Amino acid sequence: MKTSNRIDGKRARVKTILATTLMAITAALLMVPFYFMFLSSLKPGTEMLRNGLSLTFDPGVSSFKNYEALNTYRDGIYWQWYKSSLIIMVLQTVIGLVLSSMVGYGLAMYRFKGRNLIFTLVLILMMVPFEILLLPLYRMLIKAHLTDTYFGVILPYLVPPFMIFFFRQYVLSLPRELLEAARIDGCTDYGVFFRIMVPNMIPAFGAMTILSCMNSWNNLLWPLIVLNSNEKFTIPIGMGTTITPYGNAFDVLMPGAVMAVVPIIIVYLFAQKTFIAGLTSGSVKG
Amino acid sequence: MNETPSAGRPLRRRNPLLDPKVVPYVFIAPFLIFFLVIYLYPFISTILMSFQKIDGPNSVEFIGTKNYEKMFNRNFKQALMTTFRYAFWDVVVLTIVPLIFAVILNSGSVKFPSFFKSLYFIPALTSTIVVGIVFRLAFGTLETAPANRLLALFGQPARDWLMFADTGNFVLILLTLWRWMGVNIIYYISGLQSIPSELYEAAKIDGANSVQQFFHISLPGIKPVLIYVITITVLGGFAMFTESVALWAQNNPGGVGRTIVGYMYLMGFYKNNMGMASAVGLVLAVNLIQLIAMGFFKKED
Repeated sequence: MKTSNRIDGKRARVKTILATTLMAITAALLMVPFYFMFLSSLKPGTEMLRNGLSLTFDPGVSSFKNYEALNTYRDGIYWQWYKSSLIIMVLQTVIGLVLSSMVGYGLAMYRFKGRNLIFTLVLILMMVPFEILLLPLYRMLIKAHLTDTYFGVILPYLVPPFMIFFFRQYVLSLPRELLEAARIDGCTDYGVFFRIMVPNMIPAFGAMTILSCMNSWNNLLWPLIVLNSNEKFTIPIGMGTTITPYGNAFDVLMPGAVMAVVPIIIVYLFAQKTFIAGLTSGSVKG
Repeated sequence: MNETPSAGRPLRRRNPLLDPKVVPYVFIAPFLIFFLVIYLYPFISTILMSFQKIDGPNSVEFIGTKNYEKMFNRNFKQALMTTFRYAFWDVVVLTIVPLIFAVILNSGSVKFPSFFKSLYFIPALTSTIVVGIVFRLAFGTLETAPANRLLALFGQPARDWLMFADTGNFVLILLTLWRWMGVNIIYYISGLQSIPSELYEAAKIDGANSVQQFFHISLPGIKPVLIYVITITVLGGFAMFTESVALWAQNNPGGVGRTIVGYMYLMGFYKNNMGMASAVGLVLAVNLIQLIAMGFFKKED
């Protein structure tokens, strides 16, 4: 009995070492692109064009000059892109949260005709990317004179179906008695929602804020179609314009890429749990 | 006098928005309007546009099914092949690899499992277009490109990775795996943790080894999550565009790496053939909805 325990213990230890090593190697591999990105951001663009990526740090040619150059590149257009990205992110997130929390709440709290049909629609739209309706949507924008506006960019994200779904799931877990009690106190249904339910839904708002910011910040296709003046571009579009058939502006591209990813990683490190809750929302029971 | 206003009845005459029958519809109104404007209207106009030849806003000509007849040309077939190849490997790799990692991370054999879980998720925070540039350079044509240096270590000649469909697809899958592995791991772990541990203990007493436990307990236990992951991976695979732009830019001459959505974009915005682009989009939409009907509604059983 004792010996078999010791053998088991040894086997478990070997297993732990093997498994942990595998995980550590994978983690290191996943970090390689970040390493390349940071290393390249310190090198002059000509060096990048000549030698491409290299794994070795070369103190002779490396400096933080590229980061300073971001401020002066085409009259500081990089920070203009940053500002655009921020404006779109805030607008899209705030409007999306307000509208989809209302819809999710309505679907969860009330029984009414057509409820199941609407919920099924939400589920389907969660899965169908709206990108396949890109062209007619774009024509609609032209007719409504909304091209090259921030509102045009956020239009297809005003009431995101995945947010509706998440808020519905969340509200289902709240006690219905809250509604009944507040009604008796003379509160209207809208008052109940804004004054009593919303404060109870804060964790859901947190998860969706982060997910929405992440999606908006990295979105490329639709903003690329809608926006056409350079100073309104978002970071992904702007970064795209520095890649040309005649050579890439690496001095801007690489530090720009680092500056774009750093804020979101910092937020992630502080709010991991909320991130993960937002993300797994779709997979918990349909 | 001290009667409570029950269910808003006394207020009804003054404000129809407070009618209990109306209230739920006010809450869901944003979605209804959104659905009509962003989905239904464009969907119907796509159908119409797909039967038209559109040369600018004032020159619209009805041409019947000509767009559909002309659709299956060489470029479209190439895009179709690229998309299918990508979607197939996407599903295979992104279902299996993260599952293996999730099982190992969840087995209790790994030290600091939540540290690794958090770390694996970080790539998902990045913008595909930005990281795609790093991948593009890593698999560049230079002899000194990291991928070619790696090949040289094994005595293999340098390759032009992104010039060919199969190696290009490999890089695409690698980029997708890099970005999404951590996300799928998190899905799987949340599924694995919902399985009651008594099931495993009972199986151990019955003498089941860990492989048997995996196939008889873990796999059936995470079936809903598995179906969810497969569904979103398939749909994401068929609608892929950004990854391809990141590696090949928007309009690469050879058409290597161009997906169906990429082809639609090319037709609509570069070739100014909105009618054809709509036909392509519609074919894709119908297929995706079929896929959902097959996969997603099974989940509800």
